[in-house]
Amino acid sequence: MKRVLMRGNEAIAEAAIRSGLKCYFCYPITPQGELVEYMARELPKRGGVFLQAESEVAAINMVYGAAAAGVRTMTSSSSPGISLKQEGISYIAMARLPCVIVNMMRGGPGLGNIAPAQGDYFQATKGGGHGDYRLIVLAPSSVPEAAELVGLAFDLSDRYRVPAMILADGMIGQMMEPVALPEPVDPAEIPPRPWAVTGAKGRPKNVISSFDLEPEGLRRMNLVLQETYREIERNEVRWEEVETEDAELLLVAYGTMGRIAKTVVRLAREEGLPVGLLRPITLWPFPYGPIRALAERVKAVLTVELSAGQMWEDVRLAVEGRTETPFYGELGGVVPSPGRILEEVRRYVR
Amino acid sequence: MEKSVVFAGFGGQGILLAGKVLARAGMNRGLEVTWLPSYGPEMRGGTANCTVVVADAPIGSPVVDRPDALVAMNAPSLDRFEPRVAEGGVIVVNSSLVKRGIGRPDVRAIPVPANDIAAELGNPRVINMVALGALVRALAVVSLEDVVAAMEEELRGKGRDELIELNREALRRGFSEAERYT
Repeated sequence: MKRVLMRGNEAIAEAAIRSGLKCYFCYPITPQGELVEYMARELPKRGGVFLQAESEVAAINMVYGAAAAGVRTMTSSSSPGISLKQEGISYIAMARLPCVIVNMMRGGPGLGNIAPAQGDYFQATKGGGHGDYRLIVLAPSSVPEAAELVGLAFDLSDRYRVPAMILADGMIGQMMEPVALPEPVDPAEIPPRPWAVTGAKGRPKNVISSFDLEPEGLRRMNLVLQETYREIERNEVRWEEVETEDAELLLVAYGTMGRIAKTVVRLAREEGLPVGLLRPITLWPFPYGPIRALAERVKAVLTVELSAGQMWEDVRLAVEGRTETPFYGELGGVVPSPGRILEEVRRYVR
Repeated sequence: MEKSVVFAGFGGQGILLAGKVLARAGMNRGLEVTWLPSYGPEMRGGTANCTVVVADAPIGSPVVDRPDALVAMNAPSLDRFEPRVAEGGVIVVNSSLVKRGIGRPDVRAIPVPANDIAAELGNPRVINMVALGALVRALAVVSLEDVVAAMEEELRGKGRDELIELNREALRRGFSEAERYT
């Protein structure tokens, strides 16, 4: 298959268009500017709508509208911009609408900086907006995987009527790698949307809503969400394991850190250290089961993250005291090299 | 096989493009490549750098502790990255601007007067291709023909077709300049 050299931001945009994206709404921010530029250039030529809104809040509410009207729709931003979208995301989740949200994380909190970081894990996986909702959260660790997961995000979002998020960071967005792009999706293969508000002439009306003033009614809406989330947890957990068979130290890392950790595993093995890696691909649903199973037989589970330990909390929930759970994280956009992480590894295994 | 290169210089010296041409040449060879730019505030008027990894197997980290090669286009870049180059590695240094020698006895130094050669060729902007040509000779993961083809792909159809011949010559001059050190 022909490979093209693309930045992560561009590969995500192209993969989204090939997934049948019809409406893209945005407000620009670094480090995902190339995604916006690519959409501005390409989407209108290929039958879609590109719209740069007046704000992030407007952009996410345009996604809400387009999703309700039954088309594949997407927005993208980076950390502070994603914070602004949270109210809209909560509404979309309760209204049970499919859409894709891309977050190219940068250093935070606050305005922070534009360097790679993973400080938005809580926001993405625990519900950054209000209420009991979840997003399907996919974490690519390379440019080709980013392109692949965009298609999956649209498919899963359609299947469950739950918004999906691609949670990556500035490094994935900015770096280039060869990508074998997916074939364009046949529009006939995009699942029908009998619930969409498309004009009710000749059929009973559809109502898309995120509220019910009667507590019993709102409770029932919530229970539908919760049942859907349990089904997703049963069916959609995805992860990758590297050299875990005989590992005595298990690394858990995702996204950018997940791929850097692969080099750490190789370097450790060259020194004769029995180190393996579990890389969550879905951050929600989180691979609690696979981590728990490995925790039964390793001496320690070391979480490596570009945050103060946000995913670490989920790792500890998975391990539940079965073994040691040390942590190594960097903050503020600092990305540790494989050698730096290897120093940490040597503290826990010999 | 896995080789890593750091390209570093002032913004405007064509550092990111030089790295991209190497990455493209590797990809066209069927190799795995990563191209990781510095994209922070340092790009705006200060120094720029990018890290390219070329390998015959999937690449883990695009972040490299000890690059196999450094292309240093100015003195601050040499100061910053020289200590990090792997033992037995290569440093291509732009000797038109960097007046000091390489302090490390365990690396191979390839001084290339990139600005002077580019001036001879009639366009100061091709210093990046002069340096890349020298690097390709020293690193030997892709051929001169590979990078020439990748450079042509990079420039063609973007309103820069008239620069292709000039860049081809710049790559060749850099390549032959490095010959005397290999």
